[in-house]
Amino acid sequence: MKLSGWGRYPRVDCARAVMRDAEGARATVLGQESLIARGNGRSYGDASLNARCTLSTLRSDRLLAFDPASGRVTCEAGLLLSELLAFSVPRGWFAPVTPGTRFVTIGGMVAADVHGKNHHLAGTFGNHVESLLLLTADGAVRRCARDENADLLRATIGGMGLTGVILEVTFCLIPVETGAIRQETLRAGSFDEIMALCEESEGWTYTVAWIDCLARGKRLGRSLLYRGEHATRAEAPDATLAPPGRKLRNVPVDFPRIALNPWSMRAFNALYYGRGRPGTALVDYVTYFYPLDAVGEWNRIYGRGGFTQYQCVIPKAASRAGITAVLEKVSAAGMGSFLAVLKLFGAEGEGLLSFPTEGYTLTLDFPVDTATLNLLLELDAIVADHGGRLYLAKDSRTGARMMRRGYPRLDEFLALRERYDPHRRFESLQSQRLDL
Amino acid sequence: MSDPTAPAPAVSPPPPAPAASPGPVSSGPVSSGPVPSGPASAAAAATVPATLPAEATNAVLILGAASDIGAAIARAHAAEGRPLILLARQPARLEREAADLRLRHGVAVQLLPLDVLDLAAHAPLLDSLPVLPATVISVVGLLGEQPRSAADPAEAERVMRTNYLAPALFLGEVANRMEARGSGTIIGISSVAGDRGRASNYVYGSAKAGFTAFLSGLRNRLAGKGVHVVTVKPGFVDTQMTAGMNLPKPLTAQPEEVAKAVLAAEARGRDVIYVRPVWRVIMSIIRGIPEPVFKRRNL
Ligand SMILES: Cc1cc2nc3c(=O)[nH]c(=O)nc-3n(C[C@H](O)[C@H](O)[C@H](O)COP(=O)(O)OP(=O)(O)OC[C@H]3O[C@@H](n4cnc5c(N)ncnc54)[C@H](O)[C@@H]3O)c2cc1C
Ligand SMILES: NC(=O)c1ccc[n+]([C@@H]2O[C@H](COP(=O)([O-])OP(=O)(O)OC[C@H]3O[C@@H](n4cnc5c(N)ncnc54)[C@H](OP(=O)(O)O)[C@@H]3O)[C@@H](O)[C@H]2O)c1
Repeated sequence: MKLSGWGRYPRVDCARAVMRDAEGARATVLGQESLIARGNGRSYGDASLNARCTLSTLRSDRLLAFDPASGRVTCEAGLLLSELLAFSVPRGWFAPVTPGTRFVTIGGMVAADVHGKNHHLAGTFGNHVESLLLLTADGAVRRCARDENADLLRATIGGMGLTGVILEVTFCLIPVETGAIRQETLRAGSFDEIMALCEESEGWTYTVAWIDCLARGKRLGRSLLYRGEHATRAEAPDATLAPPGRKLRNVPVDFPRIALNPWSMRAFNALYYGRGRPGTALVDYVTYFYPLDAVGEWNRIYGRGGFTQYQCVIPKAASRAGITAVLEKVSAAGMGSFLAVLKLFGAEGEGLLSFPTEGYTLTLDFPVDTATLNLLLELDAIVADHGGRLYLAKDSRTGARMMRRGYPRLDEFLALRERYDPHRRFESLQSQRLDL
Repeated sequence: MSDPTAPAPAVSPPPPAPAASPGPVSSGPVSSGPVPSGPASAAAAATVPATLPAEATNAVLILGAASDIGAAIARAHAAEGRPLILLARQPARLEREAADLRLRHGVAVQLLPLDVLDLAAHAPLLDSLPVLPATVISVVGLLGEQPRSAADPAEAERVMRTNYLAPALFLGEVANRMEARGSGTIIGISSVAGDRGRASNYVYGSAKAGFTAFLSGLRNRLAGKGVHVVTVKPGFVDTQMTAGMNLPKPLTAQPEEVAKAVLAAEARGRDVIYVRPVWRVIMSIIRGIPEPVFKRRNL
């Protein structure tokens, strides 16, 4: 069947297998020369694609244990974050780290070592994993924790499925008093202003900025900063823990490419900036964390050709120069992006291929075409020259050299991979492209 | 709620894993060993009662609960707070699913073994239950491989028995008990394959046709006796049974859709349902094709 990541590029005919339990997964792993696990396909590119065998984990989604005293959860890797939150939020527990969509699996969150708006305080999701069960290439199930197979844990967190199939994950949720977020919105007129705001907001649990990536010259970097805290019962006496009931609306058809042109993007960006009212508001957690989830299949607005998300991080010392250079290049190319997000990461975590490292991360969306691919090659050069790296969960097009330049612990990862999977049973289109 | 006559759901004590428990995770280390056979940590959540209390009058029994469709139907009912009795040939394989259901929904879940082909076991099993369930659903089925069924009578017999004889007799036993009680819902998962015999799967299809006719007769008999019978014709469903087949996406339902349709049919007292409405149209066209034309088509 035809599969793709969230960007719908590339789309590839993949033989699909379905994991229902550990024995079944083991039979698949031992019976295949080449395969990759796939969660909910919310990575943008080709990380969860293997034409010969793509093993879906979605039918292994049982919640196995929950301790209401400590918030410790054990679940199968295919459990969706949305399902977990539907269970835990009414009981007063929230995910320690969440990406910008709740339609991801817990296994996918470990494999990509996802980050959220609280990275500067909480680190990545992998940081909160106490232990996991990993099915490796030899058919064995290994418990990986900080005191057992610690090296394998470091390679699996952020390892994009290349160390094996994650079967179960144990981690702790964080307590919340309400399902609401107290959000504060601030405006910044320039890049320096937004950097200053990000830095002085480091005491806030959640911070993220949206940048008008079509603004040029003096306005370059004009943006809105959103910072938030879980609202206490006193702050939001009316907020319940019940999940807000809302129906998903789907984008009904693929948008024609013409709908997205420099003018419509400019208009969108200007409007968005104008609409962002500085001030404080109480919003439910779904609206706050997952605004895009309200429109199902929104990836179709980029049309049939698909799109790609470009997410880089540049070490703090070089962030200002690097991010401005990237934004200037994008702006000069007249290739605005609907989404341009800026966030200041905290310290690097333990995952060998984990993406976040201390510095600013910038995220941009582009429709896939030759002009984009050429522009992104130029951006790669800027990012690498500033000591930065790209996020594998978003990538569908970069090269092995860029990978090597950005990830200094790559050799350590490859040595472990050689030890646990010498025949490279686990591989994706991405791992082949990047020589992983 | 699907059964308005039922009392408030017999909610069993809230999920377990008290603070004092030695840590709810993996029993037994699994480091570098072989795959845990009855996978590792299922034991953890198992303190919600493993049997049904006798006052659980809104219980749902599912025959074939280990199938993807059966599991989806179990989840949908648990989400409504209904206690479950799940039958499978190897109930141990359902332990994790049961743990999940107890934990997420706080309902009692009882697992029991049954090979439906063991006809003599039907009545004793039903009589041993703590309570006659409000709803009984048969999901059992066996597609088999048509060429094998055509060549090997023993294989054809197994397919016929599994899709027709055995589930029909089981539901017949259930029907008698429900009739005596004067209430209940019986749901049979049949198939569009029973709507017309086709070269590609007529052994399976003929058995499903028999099952459909049986359910129809049962419904007729029990109308006015407080017992409702639903026939479900799912169309293509993305399950273990159809793994590896190249099914057209618009005609293929997910197991969760089947479950939703089953619950809706139960609540609204529908008689015969197709899960995706397009199948009603397709099958009425297929049934309408004259035999002389039909036999020359390879359908
Ligand atoms: C709208 C949107 C917003 C997002 N926002 C963020 C964000 O804020 N922060 C962030 O970090 N990411 C973000 N992402 C990316 C997303 O969180 C990651 O790509 C995540 O990995 C997707 O999970 P998935 O279950 O869909 O995995 P998939 O996309 O199916 O797979 C991702 C990778 O994980 C591997 N994998 C999945 N399951 C297993 C398993 N059981 N065992 C071994 N390997 C496995 C796959 O092989 C693949 O390499 C966003 C994505 C979208 C669409
Ligand atoms: N998938 C489709 O496209 C489709 C379409 C129309 C109708 N259906 C029907 O939907 C139902 C469920 O099918 P599925 O697709 O989910 O496939 P499945 O996984 O193959 O389910 C078959 C179920 O039947 C049970 N079963 C078979 N023989 C049995 C026996 N002797 N005793 C007890 N249980 C037995 C199996 O139980 P064990 O776990 O014990 O093996 C399993 O739960 C079947 O009736 C099928 O005919 C399916």
